Amino acid sequence: MKRFFGFVKKEFQHIFRDVRTLVILFGLPVVMIILFGYVVTNEIKDVDVGIWDKSRDQVSTEAIQKILSSGYFVLAETIDHEEEIESLFKSGKAKVVVVFEDSFEKRLLRENRAAIKLITDASDANSAMLVQTYLQGVLANYFKSVNQAGTIPWEVEIKSRMFYNEEMTGVYMFVPGLMALILMLISALMTSVTITREKEFGTMELLLASPLRPREIILGKVTPYVLLSFINAMTIILLGFLVFDVPVVGSLWLLMLECMLYITLALSLGVLISTVSKTQQMAMVFSMLGLMLPTILLSGFIFPIDNMPGILQWFSTIMPARWFIVVVKNIMLKGTGFAFIWKETLILLGMTLLFILAAVKRFNIRLE
Amino acid sequence: MTVASEHIIEVKDMVKKFGSFVANDRLTFHVYRGEIFGFLGANGAGKTTAIRILCGLSYPTSGEIRVAGHDVYHEREKIKRKIGYMSQKFSLYEDLTVSENIRLYAGIYRLNRKQINQREEQLLERLGLLPIKNRLIRDIPLGWKQKLAFSVAIFHKPDIVFLDEPTGGVDPITRRQFWEMIHDATQEGITVFVTTHYMDEAEYCDRVSIMVDGRIEALDKPAVLKKKFDSKDMNEVFLKLARN
Repeated sequence: MKRFFGFVKKEFQHIFRDVRTLVILFGLPVVMIILFGYVVTNEIKDVDVGIWDKSRDQVSTEAIQKILSSGYFVLAETIDHEEEIESLFKSGKAKVVVVFEDSFEKRLLRENRAAIKLITDASDANSAMLVQTYLQGVLANYFKSVNQAGTIPWEVEIKSRMFYNEEMTGVYMFVPGLMALILMLISALMTSVTITREKEFGTMELLLASPLRPREIILGKVTPYVLLSFINAMTIILLGFLVFDVPVVGSLWLLMLECMLYITLALSLGVLISTVSKTQQMAMVFSMLGLMLPTILLSGFIFPIDNMPGILQWFSTIMPARWFIVVVKNIMLKGTGFAFIWKETLILLGMTLLFILAAVKRFNIRLE
Repeated sequence: MTVASEHIIEVKDMVKKFGSFVANDRLTFHVYRGEIFGFLGANGAGKTTAIRILCGLSYPTSGEIRVAGHDVYHEREKIKRKIGYMSQKFSLYEDLTVSENIRLYAGIYRLNRKQINQREEQLLERLGLLPIKNRLIRDIPLGWKQKLAFSVAIFHKPDIVFLDEPTGGVDPITRRQFWEMIHDATQEGITVFVTTHYMDEAEYCDRVSIMVDGRIEALDKPAVLKKKFDSKDMNEVFLKLARN
């Protein structure tokens, strides 16, 4: 055991003495999350808006004025048919359509209530959510100001509807997705590179000729990365919460356990990659092309799986990140317990065992 | 020096095939305890393949092989505890200091703290590395790296040390000093098994074997070989063998 810790200590020394490793390890997650967070979810400006005013009275006209003079929205077209909404979205002329119901002012004066419908093109879920929030804000301000004299407050019911993506998958998606990506990248890339480095420098031969057993060598090399990856996972969750208000609704413990499982999976993939690559460059290319790109493209992180062609959908089922994202989304955003994610967990567990077995087998073959 | 008659390495009909390629063709030889055994041959003659098998890094295809009294098929762990190994690349960790490298390997061989402190002090002093013991390996000259790598390989006082082309890329003076270190090691009872393709170095060995295309073509004391092949030095012996 002492021998093992000596070996782990050496691995930490490698990490903490290499500036590049440190930057990737600790800089990358922070930069990525901030970058993604702001690029994906920051302010909106000059959003094209379609208007369907069925009422055409003074209040609705003024409300429209308010929207268009707010600085966030630009009039794309005024329409007067249901079908035109769809064609506005399809042609990309508008991102959102505001519909005032007929006799809007009359209803307000007579019944104190009227309805506005906000229909958003939610194929870009993040901006759709923002657009809605902004519109609601503008309208709420306006109605408050015109009705200051009124004794009974007006009830303007603002109904929102999302086209193309009713469940709004994707709003907070970037945090689970980034977690899947960064953990995969750091765990798999870093371990495969550090193991191939020993091969390249010839130190692996020495270790193998020493009384250290192969599994001790691998475990010793991987242990520091387990710890550091776990710290990274927690950093991402914390940053998501502090900077972007992404909550952890469900159990933090469960989330941590699932993170550990995914980290183990990624590390065993890293070991597997190291057994098939001779140089650090090769390991890097394998990790980048074989893990990072598919993780970004096929896991549902950026592109919804439902919109993929059949063969890619099938392919996405063998991406570990796909299942991990589902798990994280469920725990973080929906607050579901283990009962709802045991299937995904089982898949991840199965994949982990498979990769470990394959890595051990390959490692032994290399010794022959 | 007097050579004990005990066989510390015993190899009989060792064969190693990679597919249809025969890298080691029925090698049979033994090494006496305490001697310097030179394992010579051109590049690609099969030296490294053989040394890897003896160190437990690779399995032979067939043959009977015992190293330090243990069978290479079933007792590799026991063998590994009794041997030291130094590869062609003087494999030390470039981003660790001199002292950290020594202590890492000492720890791997399970030396206790007292042994480590004592031997490290001795070693650094002997090599004159005390002033730079906290310097990173990447910042010290190649010659020092090589000496340090050798010292690390015998730090745990193994029965046998395997040196795989230990003098590659090193200047003649350093090479000479290095061979003095090898000689000193045998005084401590360590058997040295060394591969090289510098034929002048063969003169320093007690006995040498010369490998050509996977087979051992000659094995004896350098003086006997020179006489047998009617040559003035080992280089000539080697060329005569390799041409046939």
